[in-house]
Amino acid sequence: MSEAVMTDTGDVLPGGARGVVADFSADKQAFQVPWGKAMMWIFLLSDTFIFGCFLTSYMTVRMSARDAWPVPSEVFALSFGGEPIPLILIAIMTFVLISSSGTMAMAVNMGYRGERNKAFWLMMATAAFGAMFVGMQAFEWTKLIEEGVRPWSNPMGAAQFGATFFMITGFHGLHVSVGVIYLIVVGRRVKSGFYDRTRGNYEMVEITGLYWHFVDLVWVFIFAFFYLW
Amino acid sequence: MAQDSGQQHPLSIYFGIWGLLFVISFFSYMVDYLNFQGTLRWTLILIFMFLKAGLIVAIFMHMAWERLALKIAILGPPVALLVLVWLMVYEADYTFLTRIVFFGEGAPLPVHH
Repeated sequence: MSEAVMTDTGDVLPGGARGVVADFSADKQAFQVPWGKAMMWIFLLSDTFIFGCFLTSYMTVRMSARDAWPVPSEVFALSFGGEPIPLILIAIMTFVLISSSGTMAMAVNMGYRGERNKAFWLMMATAAFGAMFVGMQAFEWTKLIEEGVRPWSNPMGAAQFGATFFMITGFHGLHVSVGVIYLIVVGRRVKSGFYDRTRGNYEMVEITGLYWHFVDLVWVFIFAFFYLW
Repeated sequence: MAQDSGQQHPLSIYFGIWGLLFVISFFSYMVDYLNFQGTLRWTLILIFMFLKAGLIVAIFMHMAWERLALKIAILGPPVALLVLVWLMVYEADYTFLTRIVFFGEGAPLPVHH
């Protein structure tokens, strides 16, 4: 997976552990990837710290609260004219986001094959899934607010539930929304041939893909820690 | 700038992993639906979570095919976050116990199941 690679100046960098030394001691650049990709990864790392802080503080607040924490499968259940189904909305939201990751991965692949139109439509499908997700999250927010959940109190359990819930899902929803806009902008550029004219490759689609997969990744953690735990 | 020719993989890999993510998500949902409790619940939740996260990072985000230097630079620091989590477990426990000591047992809000 990490084999020898040739730089654009003709040097050969070994793979494996010796490659780590060679990469970090190189005189021009440490990471043998396009700079846009390296910067997106570094941005995602910083975002990992942000969400890591939020999830860690959620853990701390929940562990130190004396009051019982609201039971997620009850709080987030929906009933369709009968028995309440636990977590059904969350299951659908997870399904939607995973589907969007799949369409995004295919879009990146289509981009590298030069299939401009297919890449565009797959990116639009990804954006549509993302918009669906945000819509469902907004519905969940309105439902909880109607039931009396506030950042400072709620009728179901520990008062801190609302603050942590709205903060974490709010930040995540914001990231998804930004991603939807990002996808539309880059997708339109792909369709118009902008990247053929200016760069000659579709790395931008892959970089957009990195951001989008990160959004799905954060949801994996939120889903596990907030809704299942 | 090094060429990106190594980024094209057969589409089947993505379909395979995509399907796997659905399956693992279904299992995660089942953990709650079947009402597992205690250590079994937490272990399963964490295992499925890390499996999904690992697959997304390694395959969808191409990390499996990147050079080791990038892998370490990006995946190393989040491991350090685990130290923060570990510290905060002790902090939270301390806060909880201090609240009991100083404010008495308190009356937890009733929770219906």
